[in-house]
Amino acid sequence: MNSRQLIAIAKRAGFWALIGVLMVYAIFPFYYAVITSLKPASQLFRVDYWLNSVDFSNYERVLTQGSFLQAIGNSVLVAVCVVFIALLLGLTAAYALGRVRFRGRNSVLLIVLGVSMFPQVAVLAGLFEVVRVLNIYNSPWALVLSYTIFTLPFTVWVLTTFMRQLPMELEEAAIMDGATPWVTITRVFMPLMWPAMATTGLLAFIAAWNEFLFALTFTLTDSQRTVPVAIALISGGSPHELPWGTIMAASVVVTVPLVVLVMIFQRRIVSGLTAGAVKG
Amino acid sequence: MAISEPLSAPRAVRRTRSTQVRRQRVRAAWLFLLPMLVALALVAGWPLIRTFYLSFTDASLANTGGAQFIGFENYLLYYEGTWYGLLVDPEWWRSVWNTLFFSVVSVSLETFFGVIVALILNAEFRGRMLVRAAVLIPWAIPTIVSAKMWAWMLNDQFGIINHALMGLGIIDNPLAWTANADLSMWAVIMVDVWKTIPFVALLVLAALQMLPKDCYEAAEVDGINPIKVFFRVTLPLITPALLVAVIFRALDALRVFDVIYVLTSNSTSTMTMSIYARQQLVQFQDVGYGSAASTLLFLIIALVTVAYLYLGRRQLGGDS
Repeated sequence: MNSRQLIAIAKRAGFWALIGVLMVYAIFPFYYAVITSLKPASQLFRVDYWLNSVDFSNYERVLTQGSFLQAIGNSVLVAVCVVFIALLLGLTAAYALGRVRFRGRNSVLLIVLGVSMFPQVAVLAGLFEVVRVLNIYNSPWALVLSYTIFTLPFTVWVLTTFMRQLPMELEEAAIMDGATPWVTITRVFMPLMWPAMATTGLLAFIAAWNEFLFALTFTLTDSQRTVPVAIALISGGSPHELPWGTIMAASVVVTVPLVVLVMIFQRRIVSGLTAGAVKG
Repeated sequence: MAISEPLSAPRAVRRTRSTQVRRQRVRAAWLFLLPMLVALALVAGWPLIRTFYLSFTDASLANTGGAQFIGFENYLLYYEGTWYGLLVDPEWWRSVWNTLFFSVVSVSLETFFGVIVALILNAEFRGRMLVRAAVLIPWAIPTIVSAKMWAWMLNDQFGIINHALMGLGIIDNPLAWTANADLSMWAVIMVDVWKTIPFVALLVLAALQMLPKDCYEAAEVDGINPIKVFFRVTLPLITPALLVAVIFRALDALRVFDVIYVLTSNSTSTMTMSIYARQQLVQFQDVGYGSAASTLLFLIIALVTVAYLYLGRRQLGGDS
């Protein structure tokens, strides 16, 4: 074996070591949360790198807690409604912005982009007033309303870029047949937009599922909270005695669906993220 | 009506018909935009205007409607020989500094490691899809959950990180990562970097995959050092995508809230502008003062955005 071969082998080994480090770095915190959640309370404070025994008592404690199940229900309700509203308003707006030339189109796009850069805290006081006037304080509807601020601009932006790429002839044929714009959207564009809508819907779902600041501010009682707030507020007897086993079990419960979604829709998510950023 | 005109002027007919269609389409476009514009006005435009207004009042959380206009007193007030207000509040300036420090350090680290991860994922090897999926996991985990997971790993008494570092002989005594004022900012940065490397990596990876293959083949034939190729060819070509990733990340970092709220709560050593403003607004119920802080945060972010876009455009213009 000559030195050139040795260098090639060393390079390959180095590359695979790098990949190993990357994998461990990416996965380890989640792996460790799973391990912790499967430990009985008596072993919690002994550091283990591997799973020695399986004990589901933490999961039992979390899942028999009415308020946590309620929080999951609230999170699902909020996320589904947010996705539906964002897609409905986003699709119609994207049709107007992507297919029709009119004066003021660029200003509208600029406004949409500007809103996506708003810091959430900057609208907190004003939004609090709106929520109170509409009488939806301390209810999931306050979150459905307020999450529009970050899901809608993003949805409009991505759907507009997708809409622009569709061929002009499609629409001309529809116009020739005398179709109204609404029919054009629902019959001609919707079937073609499914992949883009799935992507943006998925990203909106994840964003709504993970949101914390509005959820913390606009809900007050346990029965109205969403999952992130519920987890953040799990507390023990004193601030220094957090029930880490329970917290980790709750964390795993809310994260597993997301991780599964990401694994299945990896390609879609990547294309959605890059379409939103790169083409803008 | 256009259709019933005589056939002797087909062109004019077609033109009136097409302008009619056009006008109809433009009207439909505005109609379709309306719901979105109303929604954005309701959740973004109006609340922002109200926040601006409330920052000039003495509003409290219980009573925002009957607030008195007090001018700039929330920002700056001279009263009996002393200055009061946000602009002379050391805690506010501390949180401004913390936010800027956090943003610059974490975005730099994310960009650096994000590019490295993207380069790894751009190489062709078996199991690439699996590695890419694994890299996406931190991005998918809710920020609150990742903050809790790291808080447990960084736990001073029972945390695995102190355990491992002591086992390796790097430290002698366990470190109080989240409680120690010198360490807590770095702990927060560590968690944020872990969570957001995937985002930068994916954007850069998308740019890398659009690069022309032939110039790399040419460089390989000529035996040019790969590192040199990276700095001379790859980096200039992915700069636009990198700039987009950096500005997205910077805007997120400047408004950071949840990771810090969970990891270190209201500790002043990691207090950012968002944490400060929310504390004034909700915890102290001082909506006027909190709105003033929110307004300044908004202005700072707007300023950074404009400056960045301006510089970015100039730099991009110079390249092309």
